[in-house]
Formats: sequence, C-alpha cells, structure tokens
Amino acid sequence: MKRLITFQSGEVETRLSILTVDNLKVSVENKVILEGIDLMLKSGENYVMFGPNGSGKSTLINAIMGIPQYKVVSGKITFMGKDITDRSVEDRAKMGMSVAFQYPPEITGVKLSDMLKLCLGKNHRSDFSEEEKKLIEGFKLTEFLDRDINVGFSGGERKRSEILQMIFLRPKLILLDEPDSGVDVESLKLISTEIERYLEKSGSSALIVTHKGDILEYIKAKYACILLEGVMHCFSNPKEVYETIKRSGYKECIACQERISRGWQT
Amino acid sequence: MTSIPHQILEGTSAVGIDLGDEKRSATFLHVDQSTIFSKVGEFFKGKLELMDTKDALQKYPWLKDYMWKLVDKNKDEFTKRVAEDYSGGYFMRILPGEEVVFPLQSCLMITKEKLEQRVHNIILAEEGSKAHIITSCVQHFNVAKAAHLGISEIYVKKDATFNFTMVHSWSEETTVRPRTGVLVEDKGTFVSNYICVRPVKDVQMYPVAYCNGEDSRVSFNSILYGSKNSSLDIGSKAILNGKGSRAEMISRAIGREKAKVIVRGMIEGNNPDCKGHLECRGLIIDEDSLVQSIPELIARKRGVEITHEAAVGKISEKEIEYLMTRKIPRDQAISMIIRGFMDVSIMGLPKALSDEVNRIVDLVAESS
Repeated sequence: MKRLITFQSGEVETRLSILTVDNLKVSVENKVILEGIDLMLKSGENYVMFGPNGSGKSTLINAIMGIPQYKVVSGKITFMGKDITDRSVEDRAKMGMSVAFQYPPEITGVKLSDMLKLCLGKNHRSDFSEEEKKLIEGFKLTEFLDRDINVGFSGGERKRSEILQMIFLRPKLILLDEPDSGVDVESLKLISTEIERYLEKSGSSALIVTHKGDILEYIKAKYACILLEGVMHCFSNPKEVYETIKRSGYKECIACQERISRGWQT
Repeated sequence: MTSIPHQILEGTSAVGIDLGDEKRSATFLHVDQSTIFSKVGEFFKGKLELMDTKDALQKYPWLKDYMWKLVDKNKDEFTKRVAEDYSGGYFMRILPGEEVVFPLQSCLMITKEKLEQRVHNIILAEEGSKAHIITSCVQHFNVAKAAHLGISEIYVKKDATFNFTMVHSWSEETTVRPRTGVLVEDKGTFVSNYICVRPVKDVQMYPVAYCNGEDSRVSFNSILYGSKNSSLDIGSKAILNGKGSRAEMISRAIGREKAKVIVRGMIEGNNPDCKGHLECRGLIIDEDSLVQSIPELIARKRGVEITHEAAVGKISEKEIEYLMTRKIPRDQAISMIIRGFMDVSIMGLPKALSDEVNRIVDLVAESS
C-alpha cells in the first residue's frame, strides 16, 4: 500500500486496520473538496481530526459513510478488509459503520422511539427492554420518545439522540461529526462518557471530528491529525496537537510536521 | 344484525367500522337509498340521538329550520339534485351538556352500479356538549360508476365541542360530492379531520365553517393520499366573523401513480379580533402526478392576523439517507417517511380513535 502514514509512537503494529482511506478525492456538486486523503485507523484505536471550518472534515466523514452527494472521484475506502468505495449507505451501516451527524434532518411523523427501534433492529410495535429503557433514561431522552425525530430538539438533545442511536446500532466503527459543537457542558460530559464506555466495552474504533479539545478529556484518542484545505497533515499525540493549534494556529501546527519530515529539527 | 348482508359487513370492517360491538356508542348504516340499520348503544342512551333525517323531520317539526341554512340549495347542480330528491341521511344530536368520548360511527354505502346516492345529514351539537365522531363512507368494492352526493349541515352551539373525523373509502369508479356547512356559536369548537387514503375516481369538496360566535374555534385537518389516477380536490374554508374567533388548517397531501391532488384553503377574517393559520405540505412521489396547494388569506378589518406556510416537493434525500445509516434499505426508508408524513397526531384525537385511524392508514401504507 502506498504512502501509508507511519506512526510516530514506535510501538509494534500488530492490530489490523479497520478503516483505510487511500488517496481519496471527493467532490460535492462538482467542486473538489478533498484532494487525495490517506488515513488508516486500527481496530480498537480512536482518532481525532482537527481542522478549521470548511476544511473538509464533514465531507470526509460523509464520504466514508457513503452519502451519495459526497462523490468519490478517485481513491479507495477499505472497511474491515473489504473495498466499500461503491457500497451503499445501508451496506456500510450493516457492516458495522455508524455516524452521528452534526446536523441530522428533522423527519415529521417519525418518532425518536421509531428511530431507536430501527437502530436496535426491532419491530416498531415491540417494546424496549429494561436495559434499553435505562440507557434511554440515562441519556435523558425518555420524554422525547414520542416526539418527531429532531423536530424542535435543542443542540444537546440532538447530540444525545444521535449518540444513543449510534450505541444502539452496536457499530464497529463510529464516525462522530463534531460531537462537541452546540452542546451544553452537561450533555457533552454525558455523551463523551457514554461513547468512551461503549468504545471500551466493544473494542470498536472511532474517528472524531472536532474543533475543540474538550472531548479529549473523556475519550482516549491515540492520534490526532489535521485536515487543512482538503489535505491531511500530522499524526501525533492529540493533546499536543491541540495545544499547538491553540497556541499557534493550524498553519503553524502543520509547519512543525513539515519541518520534522524534512529533517529540520526544531 | 343477521339481516345485513355479509358483503356489506365485510365492506364496513375494511375501514374500521365494527357493527358488532355494542360498546361502540352509536351506529348508522345507510345502504344505497335507504337506512337499514340505526341504533344507539345502551351506554349512550340519553346522551345522543341518531335517526334517519326523514324520520327526524317527522318527529321534530322544528328541524326543518335547520335544513338548507348552511348550504345553499342552489349552489351547484349537486346541491340542486339533493334538494329535488334525497333518500334520507342521518340526523345526529348530542344532547346538552353530554360528553361522548367514544366514536360514533355512521356508514354510507353504495352497492349498486351507476347509483347516485343522495343524502342530507344534520348534526346538532347542543350547548355544552362534547363529542368525537368518526364517520365513514364505504362502498362495496365491485361497484362502478356510482356517485355520492351528500349534504351535511353541522351546528355547534354555545360552549360545545364537536370533533368530526371522516374516513373515506370509495371505489376507484366513484364520483364524490360532499357539500358541508358548519356554524360555530359562542365559545364553540369545531374540528374536522378528513382522511382519504384509498383510490377514488373523483372527490371535490370545499366545506365551509362560519365562526360567528365570540371566541369560536375551527380546525380543519386533512390527510390525503392520492394514488391510482385519483382526483382529489379538497378545500376548507373558515369565515371568521366572531370576536376572538380562530381558525387553523393543517393538511398533508401525497400524490403518486398519476394522481391529481389539489389542496385549497381559505381563511377570511371579517372581525378586527380574529386569527388564522394555514399549513399545507405536499409530497410528490413520481413524475406522473400533481400536488397543488392553493392557500387564500383574506383580511377585511385592521387587526386581522392570518398566516400560512406551504411546501410541496419530493421526499428529501437527506431524510432517506439518514434512515439508511440506520441499516434499512432505501425503499423501506421511503415508506417510513411517507407513513410518518401521514401522521394522524396532527389531529389531536383521543387514543382509541387515533389508534383506529392509524390502523387504517397502516393498512394502506403497507399495501402500497
């Protein structure tokens, strides 16, 4: 495999790749947004992806999930050893990929309870188990069960609903599109703790897109990368990367990476 | 009960009308041109009256003062034909202060080909009464080229609440022309829920509610599912004459398989203190159908406040894909969105009734 990012941790790499994105070029409405993205996620590891607004982070998440408007022009996506570049959203979901959207759509007449049952693979006439009810209660969503999905939900309510649906899907790979934006502190703590709990228990992997480092307080991420102007940079310690971005900005942060690769030790 | 032909019983159960259930409050069955079955369940005796309009006119001479007051005899050829000659219909009266919380069922059927059924219904919701009525117009499935002309005049008196749910199930060959007028007095509330989810040749109706009373309220809700060449032209009109009167209209229209669905709505504000809102959403499923929304808002006084929102178009791809990320195939996602679109919770029905209506809509959704 060409141009595989080499990790700087130096540990022996024994884990298998769960997701490999290979030289991926993606366009939206005929405009190229991503130019040759490479990424490899290993089973049981979590990645954080930083990047300014409009850098293409959501585009990458949507392209990995297979949302048709995010057109793969060239390159390849491999999930659990299978080339899924041409597979449908439904297929990818069934294989164990799941996304928590930043802006999930409102659907009139489709209740939150319908969505949760769908995620659990249950018939819409069947009931939730006691354990499921407890989790719904834990996510403070019991009162929302009969509400139309996302209609009139606040930022925090949307996020809680997205993450709970995702956990109910029992995915092997979770894609989180800005789980920490537009969320109150309490909801952020709740969802982050639950995500980490799920990841720990299931051994699944996560790719987390974020602006902020807050979520790193709760979720153990192994590497961070920066997406800038459609190009992926830097694979390093998430907290260090975040501190550098905060201190010097994205450009400076990736400059450091470039200096390292060219042998200009700082 | 045993005198009712088996075919007719089958026809009625198909739209959720169960004639065998004693607890079902009141039942009225008008087949072709005659009333063959009318009864009020034991539990509801003393709360409401139900009989054939012609019998009611004999019993209550004053009833003639309620005939042709809210619908103009000379409005069109259909009203003229019913005025000339009609075969009956139902007279329903909710007695003062009584509450009827279970559905009342009236059922008008056509079993003969080329038959023109002409009925005249009168409903009196007396002072302080509260009622939820479900009514169905059913017909035997093999009947072709039939027509139903129905005049309905509904009087909602002071402090009364009358919630009227109609589930229509016509054959693909039937022409349907209901003509309805409603009068709402002081603090009265009239709610009309109209559900038409099976194919029908041609329905055209434009019921009008006159909110003459102070603080009178009217709501028109409709769920229209046009399929298989159906032509639905469904309107609702509210005339706000009373001080503090309010009107609300919510409609959901779906067009597929060469159906033509026109949704009209008119709110006319004639009092300086009146308000109205109209909401229409339409979904078009294929390239051969038509969904048209025609809202009209009229203000004749300063202080009138009437608004509307309307949207017609295809099912949002984003919604379909969202559901697909939850492991369901595209087709199933689409039917889930359509089913959701026909959500009867917009009608604010009591649970027993909304379960009933949901079951009917489910049957249609699953078969399409």
